Amino acid sequence: MYIDLMLNIGMILLKIAVVIGVALLHVAYATYWERKVIGHMQVRLGPIEVGPHGLLQPIADGVKLFFKEDIIPANADKPLFYIAPVIFFVSTMTALSVLPFFEGFVIADINIGLLFLFAMSSLGAYGIIISGWSSNSKYAFLGGLRSASQVISYEIAMGMSLVGVMIMAGSLNLSDIVKAQQQYPTGMFAVPQFLGFFIFTVSALAETNRLPFDLPEAESELVAGYFTEYSGFRFALFFLGEYTGMLVMSSISAICFLGGWTVPQFITGWFPFLLQLPAWFWVLVFLAKVYAFMFFYYWVRATLPRYRYDQLMSIGWKMLIPLALLNIVVTAMVKILL
Amino acid sequence: MLPELFFGYYAAMIVFLSVLVITRKNPVHSVMWMLLLFFHIAGLYLFLNAEFIAAIQVIVYAGAILVLFLFVVLLLNLREELQTAKFIRSWPAGLLISGGIIVAIISALRSFVLAPQGMHTIEFIKRETHTKALGTILYTEYLFPFEIASLVLLVAIIGAIVLAKKKTRS
Repeated sequence: MYIDLMLNIGMILLKIAVVIGVALLHVAYATYWERKVIGHMQVRLGPIEVGPHGLLQPIADGVKLFFKEDIIPANADKPLFYIAPVIFFVSTMTALSVLPFFEGFVIADINIGLLFLFAMSSLGAYGIIISGWSSNSKYAFLGGLRSASQVISYEIAMGMSLVGVMIMAGSLNLSDIVKAQQQYPTGMFAVPQFLGFFIFTVSALAETNRLPFDLPEAESELVAGYFTEYSGFRFALFFLGEYTGMLVMSSISAICFLGGWTVPQFITGWFPFLLQLPAWFWVLVFLAKVYAFMFFYYWVRATLPRYRYDQLMSIGWKMLIPLALLNIVVTAMVKILL
Repeated sequence: MLPELFFGYYAAMIVFLSVLVITRKNPVHSVMWMLLLFFHIAGLYLFLNAEFIAAIQVIVYAGAILVLFLFVVLLLNLREELQTAKFIRSWPAGLLISGGIIVAIISALRSFVLAPQGMHTIEFIKRETHTKALGTILYTEYLFPFEIASLVLLVAIIGAIVLAKKKTRS
């Protein structure tokens, strides 16, 4: 009995190590990929010097950040200044623990997976506000306040856009949500839940402070926003947290709207040999969906200018939230009638 | 043994963190301890197999209400506020009242009897999932109180909007 328990714990630890390792490597190369994509969209080359095609650039950046001097402002609130990046980073990394990457591979298969993700994303807001406040700098403080109000506003729209998915799947467990999508001919909720998918995509951009909603770090007004005073590895924690947040948002979108690791049934009908493939193969399908969504992030960044703050707020409260409510009512009606 | 240990940890931490929250001089630190306190309360709910309530505790209290607390605290002028030594002089009266309440609770605990077990046993909750069980009971047996609660919230929302509108006009 004890051996079983130890084996279980060992398995979980191994899974955690794999997920953290892969996620951090992924985050490092997401920055490289982003610079390349935006570079080519703006007819530049992007990073090219370090290694072939600049492939070693993220590692060089990481080493540089690691050896930078750690500067703490004289009047900063030290304990909070120390803990803010940790809160931010931990909250996004914890969210990874409930994501199913392929059939049966999830660190914690809990019944309230979706709610857990919301809880962790709301915890991340504390890292931002506290870092802004404890830096004792007006730029950081304004960035923190902006970010907090933005995250709270868009969290409502995001939560409500996923209610449609919850109604259709009849579960909050992420693996069950993926399996529920197999029942539909299109194999993904993005088609019947197109309104929810649209709202989710827009609020995901705002939740991760990405363009066109990156007002908390608007460099033309606020230097760098809430992490203005951070340097060295503390800054790197914010950076990693932000990109992990993007990864988590893309994964939620892939799981809840694009069918997770599965492909629509008509495709497996055309190519029956797909069903013979081992379970881990499907992680590639999942990653393809995640990458598509991440590419969309970069694409939007290279295309759209930044919104004004009042425009951001009115989009969130006056457009997305009423649309999300409408989506809930329509989905519930259809579910009852059919 | 393990459940008692878990409960003991959560109970002790909740009391300890509550004391920390009310004794910090810096209100921002108070709010951060309160955040930790809310997470421990959520842990206690999880321990009671109430996973939905635990998640809602974190999302609503830690994620929304506490952020509003932080907003209010951040907009205060902290440097001046820190100088105030004591807000109230009548703390012996408060101590007396809370001591009396503790005595009343402890004496009431003696007549505590376990209620007979209903249909919502742990096995039932595990089979049905907590979210589903809670939703079913809220929308059937307790529909009327639920609707009253939502009406109260609606009144509060409308009230807030009316107050905010008046300020911008004048």
